[in-house]
Amino acid sequence: MSSEVLVEIRDVNFAYDSRPILKGINMAFPKGKLIAIMGLSGCGKTTILRHIGGVLKPTKGCVKVDGQVIHDLDQDGLYKMRRKMGMLFQFGALFTDMTVFDNVAFQMREHTDLPEEIIRDLVMMKLHAVGLYGTQDLMPAELSGGMARRVALARTIALDPMLIMYDEPFAGLDPISLTVVGQLIRRLNDALGATSIVVTHDVQESLKIVDYIYFVSDGAIIAEGTADDIRASGEAFVHQFVYGEMDGPIPFHYPDGDFSKDLGVRV
Amino acid sequence: MERTALDLWVGMFVVAGIGALVVLAMKVGNLSTYNVSESYQLQAYFTNIGGLKPQASIKSAGVLVGRVTGITLDTERYEAKVVMSIDKRYQFPKDTFANILTSGLLGEQYIGLAPGGENDMLKAGEVIKKTQSAVVLEDLIGKFLYSKAEGSK
Amino acid sequence: MAVVRSLRGIGARVINAVWRIGFGSRFFLMTLVYSGTSFRRFRLIVREMFSSGVMSLIIILVAGMFVGMVLGLQGYETLKRYGSESALGTLVALSLVRELGPVLAALLFASRAGSAMTAEIGLMKATEQLSAMEMMAVNPIARVVAPRFWAGVISLPLLTAMFSSMGVFGGYVVGVVLIGVDEGSFWSQMQAAVDFQHDVMNGVIKSFVFGVAVTVIALFEGYDAPPTAEGVSGATTRTVVESSLAILILDFILTAFMFRGD
Repeated sequence: MSSEVLVEIRDVNFAYDSRPILKGINMAFPKGKLIAIMGLSGCGKTTILRHIGGVLKPTKGCVKVDGQVIHDLDQDGLYKMRRKMGMLFQFGALFTDMTVFDNVAFQMREHTDLPEEIIRDLVMMKLHAVGLYGTQDLMPAELSGGMARRVALARTIALDPMLIMYDEPFAGLDPISLTVVGQLIRRLNDALGATSIVVTHDVQESLKIVDYIYFVSDGAIIAEGTADDIRASGEAFVHQFVYGEMDGPIPFHYPDGDFSKDLGVRV
Repeated sequence: MERTALDLWVGMFVVAGIGALVVLAMKVGNLSTYNVSESYQLQAYFTNIGGLKPQASIKSAGVLVGRVTGITLDTERYEAKVVMSIDKRYQFPKDTFANILTSGLLGEQYIGLAPGGENDMLKAGEVIKKTQSAVVLEDLIGKFLYSKAEGSK
Repeated sequence: MAVVRSLRGIGARVINAVWRIGFGSRFFLMTLVYSGTSFRRFRLIVREMFSSGVMSLIIILVAGMFVGMVLGLQGYETLKRYGSESALGTLVALSLVRELGPVLAALLFASRAGSAMTAEIGLMKATEQLSAMEMMAVNPIARVVAPRFWAGVISLPLLTAMFSSMGVFGGYVVGVVLIGVDEGSFWSQMQAAVDFQHDVMNGVIKSFVFGVAVTVIALFEGYDAPPTAEGVSGATTRTVVESSLAILILDFILTAFMFRGD
């Protein structure tokens, strides 16, 4: 990877109280690329995103975004940085008390002094980009899951961010919406010239669209590479994950639960 | 909800709320009888004010002319100093008499002003010289019993 | 062992309560600090006044009317024994303006608007709307909490005034129209006894203080709610319980300061 790096995570450790979540993570996200962080639920993927967004502070190590150490910024600096970021939350997190239009217009109204006509044009452009022109007067409750995710996507890119983060963008979508959202993520990344980070456990869809993949298990990177590298990976866990096999390093049983012992203990 | 309709509702709500406050002030309360801006102060000393309280009314010939605004004990004379706020429309002569009276047998106490005959009027901040203290019921009963006892000797 | 365990339980509860009070105070402070946006964009407050103020109108007006009617009825029965039916207006107005108006309106407001605020903010938190806002570089306290706070603080005194007015009207309907107390003495005795500053304004101050207490509790409970269905429903219950207690305790304290000595 030769191109310029937008986000750099160096030797990051993080622990909730004394429970370690991240153990020495090193990652680099070059400009213009679409990169996936994959792993099981609860392996620390979302925690990595939260570090990039400046929500969490690493206990050790540093996270640099656009050349600045994100956890050293004060509130103003952090907010300034976040205006250049977009984040798509797991279930879209649309504001349920606003129309689709107001949702997409939200950041423009909060952060700019643009006149209402220009905001209107911009919102329509964004809605058109996600293929939902015409839904502007609907409330989020009136949208299907896939449409809501696309509206959230339009809201995420409202201010043309340089960095777009997706937290499980495929969760709970039907196969058609899934492909649509996947293709949109790719297209928007290339059209906006942005850098995208996708946190997901949906292997098949993300392998189709991303440039590079980090595989995280139990707070550490266990594999990385392009889609082909990952498919061909010799690592047993990656193999089990990618092909969704039941037998492998991840056992079916919860580690501490020994049912037979429990039966024996009861007197 | 339509923006304008929402504004209309909130506007009506605020107007109704302020209207209710005005009703409470004018119809239920005594703001209509207040003339705070157009008043002047007079003072009077009483040896005993009985149960007189701040905000008690001040009447002349039964007409409400002002309110008691402050009651303190003057430690030089050991008398109660009563500050009165009187409506500017009413002027009283220098030899006006201030009485502490009771409305009804057990009602609340007020100050009655009985105008004298002088031509000079009291000015703002001046002291009413002629005062009569409150009739304290217990003293009255005590005197009555005492005199009864004297008489039956 | 049981003693140690129950002692530990008490300790944990006390520590937890102190923590929450600390967080709550910090939250209140932050709300005040970040109130600038709400006043620069007053529309945000207007919108919330609709949902907390206008939507509470019906319950406030109907409840006020009936409370006044009951006061008229009960007051008449009691005053009749002492032959002072003419003081009915005084009794109705003073009890409403000083106590029943501010307290009952605030209790109704807490269960109508306060619980709705808690549920709304709790759900916004549970569905990551607040985190999304934070990630869009918009402070949720400035954008979501502060407008609701000011809307509640403005709405409750207005609602209270309407409650008391409706109550006096209800007392008038029962006392004068139905029972036949003399209309002149009903109003004149009332006006002679109810002082604008001492009674009406103190009632307004009370309702303002209650407005601050109820909205801060409601917003904090919502903001602090665990992001689950049980979390939000528990927070809603706590809002109603805590604000009712806060209203009654504050009422005692305020009354002790305001109406001492008469």
